[in-house]
Amino acid sequence: MEKKLVVGISDQQIAFPSDCLITYALGSCVGICLYDQLKRISGLAHILLPESFNSGSRNETYKFADTAIAELVNAMEKQGSSRNRLVAKIAGGASMFVNSTINIGERNVEAVKRELNRLNIKLIAEDTGLNYGRTVKFSSEDGKMTVTAIGKGIKIL
Amino acid sequence: MEIYNDLSEFQLSVLSEIGNIGAGNAATSLASILADKVSMTVPKLQIIDVNSMTAILGGPENELAGILVNMTGDIQGMLLFLFDKKFICKLINVLLDKDIDKFENITDLDMSAIMEIGNIMAGSYISAISVLTNLSIGLSTPQLAIDMTGAILSYPAAMFGMIGEKLLFIEENFLSGEESIKSHLLIMPEPNSLQLIMESLGVC
Repeated sequence: MEKKLVVGISDQQIAFPSDCLITYALGSCVGICLYDQLKRISGLAHILLPESFNSGSRNETYKFADTAIAELVNAMEKQGSSRNRLVAKIAGGASMFVNSTINIGERNVEAVKRELNRLNIKLIAEDTGLNYGRTVKFSSEDGKMTVTAIGKGIKIL
Repeated sequence: MEIYNDLSEFQLSVLSEIGNIGAGNAATSLASILADKVSMTVPKLQIIDVNSMTAILGGPENELAGILVNMTGDIQGMLLFLFDKKFICKLINVLLDKDIDKFENITDLDMSAIMEIGNIMAGSYISAISVLTNLSIGLSTPQLAIDMTGAILSYPAAMFGMIGEKLLFIEENFLSGEESIKSHLLIMPEPNSLQLIMESLGVC
Protein backbone atom coordinates (compact mmCIF):
# COMPACT_ATOMS: atom_id res chain seq x y z
CA MET A 1 0.00 0.00 0.00
CA GLU A 2 1.43 3.31 -1.12
CA LYS A 3 1.91 5.81 1.67
CA LYS A 4 1.19 9.43 0.77
CA LEU A 5 3.26 12.06 2.57
CA VAL A 6 1.84 15.56 2.39
CA VAL A 7 4.30 18.46 2.25
CA GLY A 8 2.95 21.82 3.46
CA ILE A 9 4.19 25.30 2.57
CA SER A 10 7.72 25.95 3.84
CA ASP A 11 8.03 22.27 4.61
CA GLN A 12 9.88 19.21 3.32
CA GLN A 13 9.59 15.42 3.55
CA ILE A 14 11.47 12.32 2.48
CA ALA A 15 9.87 9.19 1.01
CA PHE A 16 11.16 5.66 0.54
CA PRO A 17 10.41 3.09 -2.20
CA SER A 18 6.68 2.48 -2.77
CA ASP A 19 5.73 5.77 -1.07
CA CYS A 20 4.89 9.07 -2.66
CA LEU A 21 5.14 12.76 -1.80
CA ILE A 22 2.47 15.30 -2.55
CA THR A 23 2.24 19.07 -2.21
CA TYR A 24 -0.95 20.96 -3.01
CA ALA A 25 -1.64 24.13 -4.93
CA LEU A 26 1.77 25.61 -5.65
CA GLY A 27 1.27 29.18 -6.83
CA SER A 28 4.37 31.35 -6.85
CA CYS A 29 5.97 28.74 -4.58
CA VAL A 30 8.23 26.09 -6.10
CA GLY A 31 8.14 22.36 -5.38
CA ILE A 32 11.57 20.74 -5.68
CA CYS A 33 11.67 16.95 -6.04
CA LEU A 34 15.05 15.29 -5.55
CA TYR A 35 15.46 11.65 -6.49
CA ASP A 36 18.04 8.93 -5.89
CA GLN A 37 17.16 6.26 -8.41
CA LEU A 38 19.48 3.62 -6.97
CA LYS A 39 18.02 3.72 -3.46
CA ARG A 40 14.63 4.98 -4.66
CA ILE A 41 14.67 7.65 -1.99
CA SER A 42 12.98 10.94 -2.83
CA GLY A 43 12.64 14.30 -1.17
CA LEU A 44 10.20 17.14 -1.78
CA ALA A 45 10.67 20.72 -0.59
CA HIS A 46 7.99 23.42 -0.96
CA ILE A 47 9.67 26.82 -0.84
CA LEU A 48 7.93 30.18 -0.53
CA LEU A 49 10.68 32.70 -1.22
CA PRO A 50 14.00 32.82 -3.07
CA GLU A 51 16.46 34.06 -0.48
CA SER A 52 16.67 33.97 3.26
CA PHE A 53 17.04 37.25 5.03
CA ASN A 54 18.05 37.76 8.58
CA SER A 55 14.80 36.81 10.20
CA GLY A 56 15.89 36.43 13.78
CA SER A 57 15.85 33.28 15.83
CA ARG A 58 13.00 31.45 14.16
CA ASN A 59 13.91 28.36 12.23
CA GLU A 60 12.84 29.15 8.71
CA THR A 61 15.28 26.97 6.78
CA TYR A 62 12.51 25.31 4.76
CA LYS A 63 10.98 28.58 3.62
CA PHE A 64 13.74 29.72 1.27
CA ALA A 65 15.28 28.21 -1.88
CA ASP A 66 18.82 29.05 -0.80
CA THR A 67 18.54 27.20 2.52
CA ALA A 68 15.87 24.52 1.97
CA ILE A 69 17.46 22.55 -0.87
CA ALA A 70 20.83 22.08 0.85
CA GLU A 71 18.96 21.00 3.99
CA LEU A 72 16.92 18.46 2.00
CA VAL A 73 20.10 17.04 0.45
CA ASN A 74 21.64 16.65 3.93
CA ALA A 75 18.51 14.96 5.25
CA MET A 76 18.44 12.54 2.29
CA GLU A 77 22.09 11.68 2.82
CA LYS A 78 21.32 10.82 6.42
CA GLN A 79 18.80 8.32 5.06
CA GLY A 80 21.44 6.62 2.95
CA SER A 81 21.23 8.59 -0.26
CA SER A 82 24.25 10.14 -1.94
CA ARG A 83 24.27 13.67 -3.36
CA ASN A 84 26.10 12.68 -6.54
CA ARG A 85 23.24 10.39 -7.49
CA LEU A 86 20.52 13.01 -6.99
CA VAL A 87 18.56 14.49 -9.88
CA ALA A 88 15.88 17.18 -9.63
CA LYS A 89 12.44 17.85 -11.07
CA ILE A 90 10.71 21.10 -10.23
CA ALA A 91 7.26 22.67 -10.64
CA GLY A 92 5.50 25.91 -9.68
CA GLY A 93 6.79 29.46 -9.75
CA ALA A 94 3.65 30.82 -11.39
CA SER A 95 2.71 34.46 -11.48
CA MET A 96 -0.79 34.32 -10.00
CA PHE A 97 -1.58 37.97 -10.52
CA VAL A 98 -0.53 39.14 -13.96
CA ASN A 99 0.26 42.74 -13.21
CA SER A 100 2.42 42.04 -10.20
CA THR A 101 5.38 44.35 -10.26
CA ILE A 102 7.59 41.91 -8.40
CA ASN A 103 7.46 38.51 -10.01
CA ILE A 104 8.04 36.25 -7.00
CA GLY A 105 7.38 33.07 -8.99
CA GLU A 106 10.06 33.84 -11.54
CA ARG A 107 12.55 34.83 -8.83
CA ASN A 108 11.79 31.60 -6.96
CA VAL A 109 12.49 29.48 -10.05
CA GLU A 110 15.75 31.34 -10.73
CA ALA A 111 16.88 30.90 -7.14
CA VAL A 112 16.05 27.18 -7.18
CA LYS A 113 18.03 26.66 -10.41
CA ARG A 114 20.99 28.61 -9.04
CA GLU A 115 20.99 26.53 -5.90
CA LEU A 116 20.69 23.20 -7.77
CA ASN A 117 23.59 24.30 -9.94
CA ARG A 118 25.66 25.24 -6.89
CA LEU A 119 24.97 21.82 -5.36
CA ASN A 120 25.80 20.06 -8.64
CA ILE A 121 22.36 18.52 -8.92
CA LYS A 122 21.11 18.05 -12.45
CA LEU A 123 17.67 19.46 -13.26
CA ILE A 124 16.01 16.90 -15.54
CA ALA A 125 12.43 18.16 -15.78
CA GLU A 126 10.40 21.25 -14.98
CA ASP A 127 6.91 22.65 -15.30
CA THR A 128 7.24 26.24 -14.17
CA GLY A 129 6.05 29.79 -14.75
CA LEU A 130 2.82 30.90 -16.46
CA ASN A 131 -0.14 31.95 -14.36
CA TYR A 132 -1.81 28.96 -12.77
CA GLY A 133 -1.57 26.82 -9.65
CA ARG A 134 -0.20 23.29 -9.66
CA THR A 135 -0.43 20.25 -7.41
CA VAL A 136 2.64 18.01 -7.51
CA LYS A 137 2.88 14.34 -6.72
CA PHE A 138 6.19 12.48 -6.77
CA SER A 139 6.48 8.73 -6.75
CA SER A 140 9.51 7.33 -4.98
CA GLU A 141 8.92 4.01 -6.73
CA ASP A 142 9.59 5.18 -10.28
CA GLY A 143 10.77 8.80 -9.91
CA LYS A 144 7.84 10.24 -11.86
CA MET A 145 6.48 13.69 -11.07
CA THR A 146 2.77 14.20 -11.76
CA VAL A 147 1.57 17.78 -12.12
CA THR A 148 -2.13 18.62 -12.06
CA ALA A 149 -3.66 22.03 -12.69
CA ILE A 150 -7.25 23.18 -13.04
CA GLY A 151 -8.36 22.94 -16.67
CA LYS A 152 -4.88 21.95 -17.87
CA GLY A 153 -5.05 18.19 -17.48
CA ILE A 154 -2.33 16.03 -15.98
CA LYS A 155 1.35 16.15 -16.91
CA ILE A 156 3.71 13.33 -16.08
CA LEU A 157 7.37 14.32 -16.05
CA MET B 1 6.69 40.75 11.13
CA GLU B 2 3.83 39.54 13.28
CA ILE B 3 2.06 42.82 13.01
CA TYR B 4 -1.19 41.90 14.68
CA ASN B 5 0.29 40.28 17.79
CA ASP B 6 0.89 43.58 19.50
CA LEU B 7 -2.65 44.85 19.14
CA SER B 8 -4.81 45.24 22.20
CA GLU B 9 -8.37 43.93 22.49
CA PHE B 10 -9.59 47.47 22.07
CA GLN B 11 -7.58 48.01 18.88
CA LEU B 12 -8.92 44.74 17.52
CA SER B 13 -12.47 45.83 18.21
CA VAL B 14 -11.76 49.04 16.34
CA LEU B 15 -10.51 47.03 13.36
CA SER B 16 -13.63 44.93 13.66
CA GLU B 17 -15.77 48.02 13.49
CA ILE B 18 -13.94 49.19 10.36
CA GLY B 19 -14.72 45.76 8.92
CA ASN B 20 -18.38 46.19 9.86
CA ILE B 21 -18.71 49.55 8.23
CA GLY B 22 -16.81 48.37 5.16
CA ALA B 23 -19.05 45.33 4.83
CA GLY B 24 -22.12 47.54 5.28
CA ASN B 25 -20.95 49.74 2.42
CA ALA B 26 -20.19 46.65 0.37
CA ALA B 27 -23.70 45.26 0.99
CA THR B 28 -25.20 48.55 -0.20
CA SER B 29 -23.06 48.43 -3.35
CA LEU B 30 -23.99 44.81 -3.97
CA ALA B 31 -27.67 45.63 -3.56
CA SER B 32 -27.45 48.24 -6.30
CA ILE B 33 -25.46 45.91 -8.55
CA LEU B 34 -27.87 43.02 -8.07
CA ALA B 35 -30.88 45.37 -8.11
CA ASP B 36 -32.16 43.45 -5.14
CA LYS B 37 -32.29 43.84 -1.40
CA VAL B 38 -29.07 42.67 0.18
CA SER B 39 -28.76 42.25 3.90
CA MET B 40 -25.84 40.90 5.83
CA THR B 41 -24.98 39.22 9.06
CA VAL B 42 -22.31 40.71 11.34
CA PRO B 43 -18.96 40.06 9.63
CA LYS B 44 -16.65 37.67 11.39
CA LEU B 45 -13.18 39.07 11.89
CA GLN B 46 -10.33 36.72 12.61
CA ILE B 47 -6.59 37.06 12.90
CA ILE B 48 -5.28 33.75 11.64
CA ASP B 49 -2.43 32.18 9.70
CA VAL B 50 -2.52 31.19 6.03
CA ASN B 51 -2.96 27.49 6.77
CA SER B 52 -6.10 28.10 8.85
CA MET B 53 -7.38 30.43 6.15
CA THR B 54 -6.87 27.74 3.51
CA ALA B 55 -8.85 25.29 5.66
CA ILE B 56 -11.75 27.76 6.10
CA LEU B 57 -11.78 28.34 2.35
CA GLY B 58 -12.32 24.65 1.62
CA GLY B 59 -8.75 23.33 1.39
CA PRO B 60 -5.76 24.11 -0.83
CA GLU B 61 -7.26 22.70 -4.03
CA ASN B 62 -10.68 24.32 -3.77
CA GLU B 63 -11.29 26.62 -6.71
CA LEU B 64 -11.92 30.29 -5.93
CA ALA B 65 -11.80 33.69 -7.54
CA GLY B 66 -9.27 36.02 -5.95
CA ILE B 67 -9.32 39.74 -6.65
CA LEU B 68 -6.26 41.66 -5.58
CA VAL B 69 -6.24 45.41 -5.12
CA ASN B 70 -3.25 47.44 -3.94
CA MET B 71 -3.74 50.34 -1.56
CA THR B 72 -1.73 53.44 -2.36
CA GLY B 73 -1.40 56.94 -0.94
CA ASP B 74 -1.24 57.40 2.85
CA ILE B 75 -1.77 53.66 3.36
CA GLN B 76 0.29 50.97 1.61
CA GLY B 77 -0.75 47.37 1.42
CA MET B 78 -3.24 45.10 -0.27
CA LEU B 79 -6.77 43.80 -0.16
CA LEU B 80 -7.54 40.33 -1.44
CA PHE B 81 -11.19 39.39 -1.95
CA LEU B 82 -11.99 35.70 -2.19
CA PHE B 83 -15.28 34.75 -3.79
CA ASP B 84 -16.59 31.24 -4.21
CA LYS B 85 -18.15 29.83 -7.34
CA LYS B 86 -21.72 30.45 -6.22
CA PHE B 87 -21.04 34.13 -5.55
CA ILE B 88 -19.25 34.70 -8.87
CA CYS B 89 -21.85 32.87 -10.94
CA LYS B 90 -24.69 34.77 -9.30
CA LEU B 91 -23.01 38.11 -10.00
CA ILE B 92 -22.31 37.23 -13.63
CA ASN B 93 -25.77 35.82 -14.18
CA VAL B 94 -27.44 38.95 -12.83
CA LEU B 95 -25.08 41.48 -14.37
CA LEU B 96 -24.73 39.96 -17.79
CA ASP B 97 -28.04 38.13 -17.95
CA LYS B 98 -26.52 34.68 -18.27
CA ASP B 99 -27.03 31.31 -16.70
CA ILE B 100 -23.71 29.78 -15.76
CA ASP B 101 -22.83 27.57 -12.83
CA LYS B 102 -19.18 26.74 -13.47
CA PHE B 103 -15.91 28.66 -13.51
CA GLU B 104 -15.03 26.93 -16.80
CA ASN B 105 -17.78 28.84 -18.59
CA ILE B 106 -16.40 32.24 -17.65
CA THR B 107 -15.45 34.52 -20.55
CA ASP B 108 -13.14 37.54 -20.74
CA LEU B 109 -16.11 39.86 -20.49
CA ASP B 110 -17.26 38.03 -17.33
CA MET B 111 -13.76 38.45 -15.90
CA SER B 112 -13.79 42.19 -16.40
CA ALA B 113 -17.21 42.31 -14.73
CA ILE B 114 -15.78 40.40 -11.74
CA MET B 115 -12.85 42.81 -11.54
CA GLU B 116 -15.26 45.72 -11.55
CA ILE B 117 -17.15 44.13 -8.64
CA GLY B 118 -13.82 43.80 -6.87
CA ASN B 119 -13.16 47.44 -7.50
CA ILE B 120 -16.52 48.45 -6.05
CA MET B 121 -16.15 46.17 -3.02
CA ALA B 122 -12.62 47.46 -2.38
CA GLY B 123 -13.90 51.00 -2.65
CA SER B 124 -16.53 50.20 0.00
CA TYR B 125 -13.88 49.19 2.50
CA ILE B 126 -11.41 51.89 1.60
CA SER B 127 -13.99 54.62 2.00
CA ALA B 128 -14.84 53.19 5.46
CA ILE B 129 -11.19 53.38 6.52
CA SER B 130 -10.69 56.71 4.82
CA VAL B 131 -13.70 58.42 6.41
CA LEU B 132 -12.87 57.14 9.90
CA THR B 133 -9.17 57.97 9.78
CA ASN B 134 -9.22 61.01 7.52
CA LEU B 135 -6.40 59.43 5.52
CA SER B 136 -6.29 59.55 1.77
CA ILE B 137 -6.15 56.08 0.26
CA GLY B 138 -5.99 55.19 -3.43
CA LEU B 139 -6.64 51.89 -5.16
CA SER B 140 -4.84 50.16 -8.00
CA THR B 141 -6.60 48.44 -10.89
CA PRO B 142 -7.87 45.07 -9.61
CA GLN B 143 -6.22 41.84 -10.74
CA LEU B 144 -8.08 38.59 -10.97
CA ALA B 145 -7.03 34.95 -10.56
CA ILE B 146 -9.41 32.02 -10.70
CA ASP B 147 -7.49 29.07 -9.36
CA MET B 148 -6.75 26.81 -6.41
CA THR B 149 -7.05 28.52 -3.02
CA GLY B 150 -3.52 27.55 -2.00
CA ALA B 151 -2.05 29.00 -5.18
CA ILE B 152 -3.95 32.28 -4.78
CA LEU B 153 -2.91 32.63 -1.14
CA SER B 154 0.74 31.98 -2.04
CA TYR B 155 0.89 35.50 -3.44
CA PRO B 156 0.13 37.42 -0.23
CA ALA B 157 2.09 34.81 1.72
CA ALA B 158 5.17 35.49 -0.38
CA MET B 159 4.70 39.24 -0.49
CA PHE B 160 4.43 39.41 3.26
CA GLY B 161 6.77 36.49 3.91
CA MET B 162 4.48 35.36 6.63
CA ILE B 163 3.38 31.78 6.43
CA GLY B 164 2.59 30.80 9.97
CA GLU B 165 2.26 34.44 10.81
CA LYS B 166 -1.12 35.97 11.15
CA LEU B 167 -3.26 38.08 8.90
CA LEU B 168 -6.57 39.90 9.21
CA PHE B 169 -9.31 37.80 7.64
CA ILE B 170 -12.94 38.87 7.36
CA GLU B 171 -15.83 36.58 6.55
CA GLU B 172 -19.08 38.11 5.37
CA ASN B 173 -22.46 36.60 4.73
CA PHE B 174 -24.69 38.52 2.38
CA LEU B 175 -28.32 37.57 2.04
CA SER B 176 -29.99 38.31 -1.24
CA GLY B 177 -33.55 37.03 -1.49
CA GLU B 178 -33.40 33.56 -0.01
CA GLU B 179 -29.83 32.99 -1.01
CA SER B 180 -26.89 33.36 1.29
CA ILE B 181 -23.61 34.25 -0.35
CA LYS B 182 -20.36 34.19 1.48
CA SER B 183 -17.27 36.19 0.70
CA HIS B 184 -13.91 36.53 2.38
CA LEU B 185 -11.48 39.37 2.51
CA LEU B 186 -7.86 39.49 3.51
CA ILE B 187 -6.59 42.90 4.59
CA MET B 188 -2.85 43.39 4.56
CA PRO B 189 -1.61 46.86 5.41
CA GLU B 190 2.13 47.34 5.67
CA PRO B 191 3.10 47.45 9.37
CA ASN B 192 3.73 51.22 9.23
CA SER B 193 0.35 51.76 7.65
CA LEU B 194 -1.45 49.76 10.33
CA GLN B 195 0.30 51.90 12.91
CA LEU B 196 -0.82 55.02 11.07
CA ILE B 197 -4.45 53.81 10.99
CA MET B 198 -4.34 53.21 14.74
CA GLU B 199 -2.77 56.61 15.37
CA SER B 200 -5.33 58.36 13.19
CA LEU B 201 -8.11 56.70 15.16
CA GLY B 202 -6.43 57.68 18.41
CA VAL B 203 -6.24 54.10 19.63
CA CYS B 204 -2.50 53.46 19.77
